[in-house]
Amino acid sequence: MTTRKKKGTLGGEGGLLGAPLRAKRRSAAKRQAGELEGQAPLEHNKTKIVITGICGRLGRRLARVLHRQRPVIGVDRRDFVGKPKDIEHQQLDLRRKKLKDVFRGGDVAAVVHLGVMHDPRVPMSEHHSWNVEGFSKLLDYVAQFEVPKLVVLSSANVYGPQPHNPQFLSEEAPLLGGARFSEIRDLIEVDMLAQSFFWKHPNVQTVVLRPVHILGRVRNAASNFLRLPRVPTLLGYDPMVQVIHEADVVEAIVRALEPGARGIFNVAGPEAMPLSRVLRILDRPTLPIPYSFAKPVMDRLWSFHLTSFPAPELDHIRYVCMVDDRRARKVLGYAPTRDAQETVCAVED
Amino acid sequence: MHANERSLTLPPWAARSPIARALAGTLDRAVDRSLTGMLGEEFTGRLDRVPLNLGQSGVDPFGLDPQWTKYALAAIAYLHRRYFRTEVFGAKSLPTGRVLLISNHSGQVPIDGALIGAAMFMDAEPPRFVRAMVEKWSQTLPFVALLFSRVGQVVGVPENAKRLLEQDEALLVFPEGARGIAKTFDKRYQLTPFGLGFMRLAIETKTPVVPVAVIGGEEQYPSIANIESLARIFRMPAFPILPQLLLPGGMLPLPTRYRIHFGEPMRFEGDADDDDSVMEEKVWVVQKTIQSMINRGLRDRKHIFW
Repeated sequence: MTTRKKKGTLGGEGGLLGAPLRAKRRSAAKRQAGELEGQAPLEHNKTKIVITGICGRLGRRLARVLHRQRPVIGVDRRDFVGKPKDIEHQQLDLRRKKLKDVFRGGDVAAVVHLGVMHDPRVPMSEHHSWNVEGFSKLLDYVAQFEVPKLVVLSSANVYGPQPHNPQFLSEEAPLLGGARFSEIRDLIEVDMLAQSFFWKHPNVQTVVLRPVHILGRVRNAASNFLRLPRVPTLLGYDPMVQVIHEADVVEAIVRALEPGARGIFNVAGPEAMPLSRVLRILDRPTLPIPYSFAKPVMDRLWSFHLTSFPAPELDHIRYVCMVDDRRARKVLGYAPTRDAQETVCAVED
Repeated sequence: MHANERSLTLPPWAARSPIARALAGTLDRAVDRSLTGMLGEEFTGRLDRVPLNLGQSGVDPFGLDPQWTKYALAAIAYLHRRYFRTEVFGAKSLPTGRVLLISNHSGQVPIDGALIGAAMFMDAEPPRFVRAMVEKWSQTLPFVALLFSRVGQVVGVPENAKRLLEQDEALLVFPEGARGIAKTFDKRYQLTPFGLGFMRLAIETKTPVVPVAVIGGEEQYPSIANIESLARIFRMPAFPILPQLLLPGGMLPLPTRYRIHFGEPMRFEGDADDDDSVMEEKVWVVQKTIQSMINRGLRDRKHIFW
């Protein structure tokens, strides 16, 4: 076992070019192992679940669901407020070499990657290095230490709201989110990295989840938008939107962790509804603004640090970006448990 | 809540004003009355028989809202019954499930689509809401995008068409496209070559094709020429020269009498990914049927205006 691990370490330095080689070598090693000792005992002692970005609201929610059933290791550079005692928290940056120590025991059964940074205020280079570099490090370790399961939380935003979108985007639709909003490109890159990992490492069950706008106590653009005291809308636009309760996302992740699940899945919540209906459920005053006025104003406000919404995000309340979640319902057996009312009102909790 | 409020979607700021509410209520009742007059029965009664896929929020997954559609229908019903006095033939023998309506396109402005929509709701049994495909750029236009979505018109991409048919909707397609609608007067009622996409869709989703011939559209805006260079400059699909625009009131289409003929449903089988040449033969059958329906309809027509 130790020799195999060492081989992996050497390969780990190889970067992109090294990857196929490493895979070949490992599969050869695995074949040998399979002949010698069989695969079942090897998988059996792997029990731990590593959750990156565990200190986010979604991460904490997921940890609270999982920690009673299995040992959970959280990786996050933030503080873990109200951490349950049995969760091990490694307060570190994903890009640091120390991350490897988490995997060294060889007992990691699954990695759930929630640690995606999406803060348009952070400089592009830092953003990119965190999301892409950190994630590819993580992928390296998953391959090296033969973690059997990887769950990546991407987002339906990678498809991007476009005027020519079909009403329901399937998982095969091109990821055009960066076309009009370049800040989202590294999130697309993370999704792509996970996809290529899926193909390169067939022995790892890779699951990419692309949920629609997550609502709840989470601090994402959609929830923050609905928490505004007066919600701006675009005059003459009222696109159909899909939202999902954070608890349902957690539910989807738990289902993705089941052995056997692999692939890319769109995840949606209760049925789609017009944006105006969402706002009526919230009963929040709205402010319709013409787009041609809203865009320059938002650009200006953004540059003066007066708003946390970059202007290209206006497209989300202008065009349709809806997904077809039939595959998740069929293959993962996922179904949303919260209705529209509960999902939308979750932002006020 | 009151019935009035349910039936008219007022923006929140207007819903708070009693005057706006009263006006909306009056408008709503007027629309109801006029629709009842033209339909010969209550709108809601007829609406109940329309096969719809409404969710809890009262709209279907594509954003169709029956209450919005009511107002659009009231406007179109006026054109259908009073202005163009459309005669509809063969609306009783339409298939009840998913159906692909294939029609000739004419008249510079797509009034033919609206009238087929009116005929399908007012004259067919069970009444249907027709879904048509709209240009992608229409989604960038405020209000237009909203209106299209609420009255059930969807963005013209193959995925949407397929999904609508799987939902057992009635889908209207003009395989001639913009070439058909911009025909000059000397080419009237001569079909331009059909696109093949609808046939692949029909085979893939096992949908019956209903050929539709619309007569009367070609005379509403006689066009003497289509200047393509100008069309390109203004980025329009066509630039027709319409002499009637010089006359007072010429903006309005001439009040020709429309005749809409629905043909017998045709079923096609085979491989949806077959070669173009195989598809062309099948499409040609549909095109020939529509052309002969048009020819027969023109022969039987006594006068353009009545």
